[in-house]
Amino acid sequence: MEVSHLTVSNISKQFDKNEVIKNLAFTVEENEFVSILGPSGSGKSTIFSLIGGILSPDQGTIHLDHQVINGKRGYISYMPQTPSLLPWRTILENVLLGQELQGKKEKEAALEMIAIAGLTGYENAYPHELSGGMKQRASFIRALLSPQSIICLDEPFSALDELTRLDMQKWLLSIWEEHRRTILFVTHNIEEALFLSDRIIVLSNKPSQVAAEFHVPFSRPREESLFLEDEFLEWKRKIYYSLKKRS
Amino acid sequence: MVLLLLFIVWETVAIKSGVPDWLLPTPTKIFYEGFDGWSNFYPHLLSTIQLSLLGFALGLLIGLLTAILLHLLPFIRESIYPLLIISQNIPIIVLAPLLVIWFGFGLLPKMIVITLVCFFPITVAALDGFKQTSNELKHYMIMAGASNKQLFWKLELPYALPSLFSGLKISATYSVMGAVISEWLGAKEGIGVYMTLASSSFRTDRVFVAIFAIVTLSLLYFSIIVLIERWLVRWQLKGAKWK
Repeated sequence: MEVSHLTVSNISKQFDKNEVIKNLAFTVEENEFVSILGPSGSGKSTIFSLIGGILSPDQGTIHLDHQVINGKRGYISYMPQTPSLLPWRTILENVLLGQELQGKKEKEAALEMIAIAGLTGYENAYPHELSGGMKQRASFIRALLSPQSIICLDEPFSALDELTRLDMQKWLLSIWEEHRRTILFVTHNIEEALFLSDRIIVLSNKPSQVAAEFHVPFSRPREESLFLEDEFLEWKRKIYYSLKKRS
Repeated sequence: MVLLLLFIVWETVAIKSGVPDWLLPTPTKIFYEGFDGWSNFYPHLLSTIQLSLLGFALGLLIGLLTAILLHLLPFIRESIYPLLIISQNIPIIVLAPLLVIWFGFGLLPKMIVITLVCFFPITVAALDGFKQTSNELKHYMIMAGASNKQLFWKLELPYALPSLFSGLKISATYSVMGAVISEWLGAKEGIGVYMTLASSSFRTDRVFVAIFAIVTLSLLYFSIIVLIERWLVRWQLKGAKWK
């Protein structure tokens, strides 16, 4: 039987009496871009903490390929909401951090990715010398260079201004279309999810469950003009209602 | 500059008011004594430098180890922390003679005095630094699979460096004072000894030479620490604003 890359089966989590996640189940295939879309406070961060192994689910299992990774750290590569670059490390050293934590460092590959991210010349700069968008790009490369097979992105662009965000989305998409990896992307922005993903998982309000699931039909590579197409707006409306209905 | 002005005022006041030298010598007299008695004085100075550096190193070691231990084992922090504060509440002047009674006139009681003075600022500063580690960065490190060891060496320790250096600056200056006090306990040489001899023979000029030596030494240590800090925490320099 074919096994999904990441399988989350019927996990539940509660804090004291507060049920945050109940019977949540979904899968992510290899090299697929999946977004988890949910309103604020729908337990999106908790889902990542569970997959990242900071928390253990009360019930259910999380599989990565054939392995159960409940409460185990180090199986995912992670990009948080804020760039979270270490201020005393240069960009190059920061970008290598994900690899460093797992063992080996590949400086050549890192330099190559830095060039792709348009950060050439900043290898030896410190994070505070970079703009917000540049820091997020560095943070993404760090996640991309980490050896783990799945990358979890936790609302990575939500702190950026509108224009920078659009640039970042396009950039992320172009990189990803080039270097396919499995991505699990958490967001509360419908357009962002539609523009980037292969599949969108809509969460209900607490306790979180899968409220709806959509396969995004747009072909790749995707262009910015997609945002204004009728079909895109049609989909946006559909997802919007699925969010509304459940909350 | 201000210092120079102070000396000039001091000089004129001392001369005009006709205060006898044994009460308040003029700065020039003190400088003369410093030059003339140099061959006599510098063995004392060397001895104090040696003692204070040794004590500071020991204080640094113990201070850091205590901080790391208390940081990694939060459950003993609650019980040990008050003890640390108590250790600073006992006046050294009272404790010093006791230490001599217990440990004799050797190096050990002196080391204990200096270490006692030096370790506390380092421990407190390092602990605060560890505690202030940004939660954002910690969360990233843990999610990315950092082990506890990696978390400490790659995040918490470097994060605590600026704070740690504040503690080091205080300790470095204290170490000179600690050394002088410990020499009062009974030593063959050292600025402390020189000072006691000078004041009991009313050589006030020599007392001032000793005071100036202590001040200069403290400032020197302080600037060395600042230099090391600049080098180690250089990422902060370029007008950095980071949380």
